[in-house]
Amino acid sequence: MEAMEELKFVGKPTPRIDQQEKVLGAARYVDDLDFGPNLLHAQVVESSLAHARIKKIDTSEAEKLPGVVKVVTGKDFPYHFGLYMQDRHIFAQDKVRFAGEQVAAVIARDLATAKRAAKRVKIIYEPLPAILDPREAVKKDATLIHPELGAYSHVPWFFPKPGSNIAHWRKVRKGDTIQGFAEADLIFADTYRVPRYAHCSIELHGAIGLCDHSGRITVWAASQSPHTQRHIFAQALAPLGFTHQNLRVITPYVGGGFGGKAGVTMEILAAALPTLVKGYPIKIHWTREQEFYNTYQRPALVGTLKMGVKKDGTITAFDYLIHWDAGAYVEYGANVVNASGLSATGPYRIPNVRIDALCVYTNLPPGGPYRGFGYPELLFGVESHTTRMAQQLGMDVVAFKRKNAIREGDKLPYGAPMTPNGLTECIDRVVKTIEWGKKEEHSDPNKAIGKGFAIFWKAPAMPPNAASSAFLKFNEDASVNLLISAVEIGQGVLTAMAQIAAEILTVPPEKIRVESPDTDRNPYEWQTVASHVAWGTGNAVKRAAIDAREQIFEAVHHACFLEKDALYLEDEAVKCRTQPGFALLLKEIVINGIMVEDGTYRGGPIMGRGTFMPRFTSAMGDPDTGQGGHPCVHYTVGAAALTLEVDKQTGRMKVLKAVEAIDAGKAINPQIVKDQICGGLLQGLGTVLYEDMRFDESGKLLNPNFTDYKLPTAMDIPDEVIPIIVETPQADGPFGARGIAEHPTIPAAPMVANAVCDAVGVRVKSMPVTAEKVGLALAAGQTEVE
Amino acid sequence: MKKTITLTLNGDARSVDVETTETLLAVLRNKLGVKSPKCGCDQGECGACTVLLNGKSVRSCLIFSVEVDGQEVVTLEGLSHNGPTPLQQAFIDRSAFQCGYCAPGVILSATELLTVNPHPTQTEVQEAIAGNLCRCTGYESLIEAILAASRE
Repeated sequence: MEAMEELKFVGKPTPRIDQQEKVLGAARYVDDLDFGPNLLHAQVVESSLAHARIKKIDTSEAEKLPGVVKVVTGKDFPYHFGLYMQDRHIFAQDKVRFAGEQVAAVIARDLATAKRAAKRVKIIYEPLPAILDPREAVKKDATLIHPELGAYSHVPWFFPKPGSNIAHWRKVRKGDTIQGFAEADLIFADTYRVPRYAHCSIELHGAIGLCDHSGRITVWAASQSPHTQRHIFAQALAPLGFTHQNLRVITPYVGGGFGGKAGVTMEILAAALPTLVKGYPIKIHWTREQEFYNTYQRPALVGTLKMGVKKDGTITAFDYLIHWDAGAYVEYGANVVNASGLSATGPYRIPNVRIDALCVYTNLPPGGPYRGFGYPELLFGVESHTTRMAQQLGMDVVAFKRKNAIREGDKLPYGAPMTPNGLTECIDRVVKTIEWGKKEEHSDPNKAIGKGFAIFWKAPAMPPNAASSAFLKFNEDASVNLLISAVEIGQGVLTAMAQIAAEILTVPPEKIRVESPDTDRNPYEWQTVASHVAWGTGNAVKRAAIDAREQIFEAVHHACFLEKDALYLEDEAVKCRTQPGFALLLKEIVINGIMVEDGTYRGGPIMGRGTFMPRFTSAMGDPDTGQGGHPCVHYTVGAAALTLEVDKQTGRMKVLKAVEAIDAGKAINPQIVKDQICGGLLQGLGTVLYEDMRFDESGKLLNPNFTDYKLPTAMDIPDEVIPIIVETPQADGPFGARGIAEHPTIPAAPMVANAVCDAVGVRVKSMPVTAEKVGLALAAGQTEVE
Repeated sequence: MKKTITLTLNGDARSVDVETTETLLAVLRNKLGVKSPKCGCDQGECGACTVLLNGKSVRSCLIFSVEVDGQEVVTLEGLSHNGPTPLQQAFIDRSAFQCGYCAPGVILSATELLTVNPHPTQTEVQEAIAGNLCRCTGYESLIEAILAASRE
């Protein structure tokens, strides 16, 4: 493996190659693209109710308004779509299932007209009972949200229960939990609650679609998933005769994703609507309010966790019953339930495991992927609970967690062996940096200081055949255009991929342009999700660069009669181990080839290709036990701790110091990894200290704006954040790398809850852990908050 | 109702016909071709649309375009006529931005800060960009870059 060799570009804090464009005002996002005077605008008509039968839609008044081009309803597009389960329609058909769902759309010459006309569309509903609580939704007499569940097509690793609101039930059974609890000296159970959250990328969702007069559709979208979007559009519009061949998705820079722009949500409208108005580009752009209620939301859960431990701290049994409020459509969200359910133990070695993760339909907006993909939600319970069990045993919390921490080769909940990881190194470095065990007193008697600690893991959640690919072409000056379809959503993928290509080709990263996706021109990428592109796309890029290098060596071999094995690249030149004086500059040969004695040429334009698809994964575990498959490619692990100040009168909290260590395998760019840790940690702290979605009794979102849904500002950051990179190589990763971008969010919530308890003795069992909850508990003398 | 306004935009004299209800943000983006001010909320909560109006930072989504008639507006595009400003160079050197959507607003807020207070404390930097939401960076790299520029 080349990770052991001396590296020139990989592992260095190379400046981001997108930075000049972003700082100088050159970067273009989808809303910045111009489409000329024929651009039309679409405005959706939304459901005012969370659950209702549509009795009648009257579009006549809207159609009369001058400037309206067309009013579209579910009758125009009676087609299903969805990523993992096709349970959505382009527009609501006979029923609406969440407040804000699109029922119709107005296409007009300008947005103001579209908005005025949308208000004139009259919809008559017959209200149905709205179910907002997943534990109510699974009761026998509950109203069915999807009576058609049995007819939906879905991936083979989902197990829906038709005739109920359970869209998928992930079961994991390992060992014998009855025996495991019998062996325990201490058994403890409790229930933890996590509400819904919003991604809040600063860029809103937006897409422009054009169906040209030849019948070809192009969609420009702020998307994490251009190829997957094309595929879903092709599936949904197949009845109209569209296939992949006449669909194209273009994605420029994306202003933040966090999972919210993965899969397909509102973009389906930008693919469908133009088929009715050929030749006119149609723009559809969400407002901040719509961004909150009609894209994916991070799903909520109620989880009851029971654990058994021996006196010496050994965990003997684990039972986690999780009811996910997955929302009205679970075409993506069911895989959050599935993937996180398989690993719901957290990074512990536990012989006897029972996990029931239920994906439950509710009449709230669709749940879907959000940075962490279910792990932050599940580990809030696990990392609160393991802390409490250690305390009940009288053991040091870190010692307890370290003792049970999973190691390479240990059996995972679904039976496969744990992959190489530096979990104990992460624990040890965090503990040392936070000075665990050193009690700190506040100079102000009204304030207390507590410390909180948590460990975490996460595996990429992907279909077993999720693939990546790369094209690489040289230019005359030996600069390179690298074509991938991983999307720059802020995580630094363009720079990291340039570094990988640079390492192989000895062309510096600043001479490598990495091109944003256009499905017509850039090669296939499954999606920019799951923290997998550093690993998967990185492998494809490395192979493309090696392919290009081989072509260069082949040309030199034929032109100069040098053995290929003796050739190597250095400083943008081909050199030869057996002929020290030999050097051919890349810029002299990568387009024009090499002239030989008779004046003819060898070689020619160099173009590399590389693909990567994991070949050892399988989703075919047993439905009743989860055993037998190999659903996860690897795990990224870490540990984190913080020091928290709590005001004993108001509950107000301040993070004084936060430390987070993550095992990156090999940090392709250590500065980018550290910046991911700082940013991800604050996003996680937002979910525990400030944010949560509030719905009224009818299922309507009450706080779809930044005044009522509080994001952390520059005033809300910890006094000090110390990111730590651990590097236990990933054997099949590019230079040993694995992904780290989602993981920094995961430990934030439990470590705050643990620190609050350490500081003032209040155990908050529901997120968020707000000053209000802590302050009220302290005033009432409560030690637990449900 | 329509009105013709004139303004100095990034140093150029510009004239444009606007509806009196149109925001400065909409006119800049849709009628004057200046795309760096971003629409993140259209209600003054996120700061992505920040521009400098007569040198002071304002949210262009909260200002009617008719209000800037005869005045001077600077957007991110207007800062680097003579190459990146020292502040912009500091952001580039630090690789401070991730997705970059908040960058135009953050850079203009910080530009205003360093103009009125060339050597701010860290808290003053935090206060100056507290109205610019960033979901990616955790603000650490932004604060570091602004402080680095202030030490130049």
